[in-house]
Amino acid sequence: MSTQKLKEIIKQVLPDVETVICWQEGFDKLNVTPIFITSPEQVDQVVWNPLCAQNLAGYLPSQKKKVAVAVKGCDSRTIVQYMQEGLIDRDNVVIIGIPCKGIVSKKKVQKAIGNEPVEDVTFTDGSIKVKTPSGEKTLSLADVCPTKCTSCQFPTPIVYDQLTADAIKSDKPAESVYADVVELEGKTLEERKAYFASQFDKCIRCYACRNACPMCVCQDSCIAETRDPHWITQKNSLDEKVMFHMIHALHLAGRCVECGECERVCPMEIPVAKLKKKINKEMKDLFDYTPGVNPEDKPPMYTFNVDEAKIKEHKL
Amino acid sequence: MADKGYLPKEKIKEFVEALGKDAAVYAPCLEGDTIIFRQYTPDKEISLDRPANTPPKGAIYPQCETLLSFEFKKDAATPQKMDVELKANTDFPKAVVFGGRPCDAKGFTVIDRVFVNTDTADPYYKKRRENTTIVTKCCNGPYAGCFCVGVGGGPASREGSDVVMTEVEGGYYLEAVTDKGKAVMSLPMIQDGSSYEAKAKQANEKATAAVRNPFPADAKISPELFDSGDFWERVVDKCLSCGACTFLCPTCYCFNITDEQAITTGERIRSWDSCMFQHFTLETSGHNPRPAKYKRFRNRVGHKFAYYPEKYDGAIACTGCGRCIRYCPVSVDISEIVGYLKDPKADPKQWAADKKDAKN
Ligand code: SF4
Ligand code: SF4
Ligand code: SF4
Ligand code: SF4
Ligand code: SF4
Repeated sequence: MSTQKLKEIIKQVLPDVETVICWQEGFDKLNVTPIFITSPEQVDQVVWNPLCAQNLAGYLPSQKKKVAVAVKGCDSRTIVQYMQEGLIDRDNVVIIGIPCKGIVSKKKVQKAIGNEPVEDVTFTDGSIKVKTPSGEKTLSLADVCPTKCTSCQFPTPIVYDQLTADAIKSDKPAESVYADVVELEGKTLEERKAYFASQFDKCIRCYACRNACPMCVCQDSCIAETRDPHWITQKNSLDEKVMFHMIHALHLAGRCVECGECERVCPMEIPVAKLKKKINKEMKDLFDYTPGVNPEDKPPMYTFNVDEAKIKEHKL
Repeated sequence: MADKGYLPKEKIKEFVEALGKDAAVYAPCLEGDTIIFRQYTPDKEISLDRPANTPPKGAIYPQCETLLSFEFKKDAATPQKMDVELKANTDFPKAVVFGGRPCDAKGFTVIDRVFVNTDTADPYYKKRRENTTIVTKCCNGPYAGCFCVGVGGGPASREGSDVVMTEVEGGYYLEAVTDKGKAVMSLPMIQDGSSYEAKAKQANEKATAAVRNPFPADAKISPELFDSGDFWERVVDKCLSCGACTFLCPTCYCFNITDEQAITTGERIRSWDSCMFQHFTLETSGHNPRPAKYKRFRNRVGHKFAYYPEKYDGAIACTGCGRCIRYCPVSVDISEIVGYLKDPKADPKQWAADKKDAKN
């Protein structure tokens, strides 16, 4: 298994870096949590399994010294985007790439087991077996994976220094990436408005989605909270919540690497990534640009061309 | 008035609607996959299947509340003068919090000590609190992260509740805890509960035995470890400084006050704040007494497990509801951290920066 290989690689790179950021078992068997490894004794705690959902690359910009980080295919797009935007120094990061066959959404598993406490979790190829006080339940990974895995284009990291297993290729059609957005686009304006209103109404403005987003670079200076400029009040009305989400979505235009962290972390189970995917789809149509796939690319919002091939207004 | 009763499952809706005759009922409602406390209306679906994502705290202490509204008005006699007209309202309707869990109900008692049982009571909270009856559902067992027993509560704890309901065959065994609760028991759909009492007691005991207890009994927090910056930096390196843990907590009561004004009218509002946010206690001068993430995190744990107990006769400001653990984006576990602090063998040297490995 690649877990063994992962541990070997960590031991090997540890002397050259300050910290290795990886995953370890969390407070119960269904949860993993990050581990910041600074000594070889910690390496035994490392885990790699489909519960390792968190995109650890998000910790990179705040690291002061040279670090190593374990990334899945999709997570590596964050690093590529950081490189494009000059947010990290590539020489200060050792990327441990993990070819990935898909992860599980903890929320989907919990729902499938009726929210019972989890006593044990084991994986066999293609399925997850969960033990609860009322018995064992085996779930197919395909049924409990997050949306992103059903259309994964990059199971093997795009950039890496070491790989824990042989590279694998995507077997998912490229059109599948925006299937959920296309479905939403098929609805009427009124239906879409009602859908988003019912979702965002649940928002408690905890900002977990923002703080977990690797590309949300303002973080503590977010205009959702500043008094100057005073664009949003601290009221918890639907208008204010929607406004915050619009800001997040627009600031991610052509930058969102579709890691799904915003949606994974939302305690109110709001599909917050949908708006960003919709905008990405537009950016793809307009600028033929996909965030986080080529370190040499320049994000469209970072450039200014008088003539944009697909923006007609400029040709008047 | 009886203080014991039985409510068949199929009468829940009827019961809630009866409670709502002269009061606003806040109940855990299912919206998509989320369970949220909402003011009940018949189109909503109540779910008692698991604890709600949010605690019912907002029913008495809303996330955002207008303390007063104001309007600037020209003085007709002296046009160069502006008058400001203020309006404040504490005329709140009667309310019922239905279907919270014992940890949720106990949460209100934590806030009461600060907002009610003091010389400077908060008129908004106090009035709502007095007007509210709390009907709690005991838990059948723990959920991910729960540790109520470890902080002196339990899945059948009565603290903070007016009525507690325990799931028994075909329905719920109800027990009134206060006089307010006894009034609830006189509703017509409540049947005689005496034959269910023993069964309910058994269920309560079974649930209590199943909850984990992460700290050694009566252990004190090690002041040396509490003061160790290395320790805090080490345990919070993964934290994202969001507000999920505090906004979902039934006991967190920190707030911010802002004036939200549009031209001549506006409101002074109080909204929840979170010690996990970078600008929590940021001063106008620009000085921030807690500039580092670990210092704010230490405030959260310290407030619940050290400062609050010091002030209020040892009472802990955490009810062990487990929400901050369950919903933390990176699985930070407050019970694990307090466990380190209460470990009789706690030794700050083990966490020293040059010996980081000693943790494991
Ligand atoms: S999107 Fe691809 S790389 Fe990312 S977790 Fe899913 S399968 Fe793995
Ligand atoms: S907006 Fe969401 S999906 Fe996009 S980069 Fe941020 S966290 Fe990832
Ligand atoms: S994480 Fe969810 S609840 Fe929190 S601010 Fe984002 S959308 Fe709202
Ligand atoms: S919910 Fe977790 S990540 Fe967010 S502030 Fe609390 S401890 Fe940190
Ligand atoms: S600190 Fe966590 S476990 Fe304790 S009451 Fe608050 S949310 Fe619940």
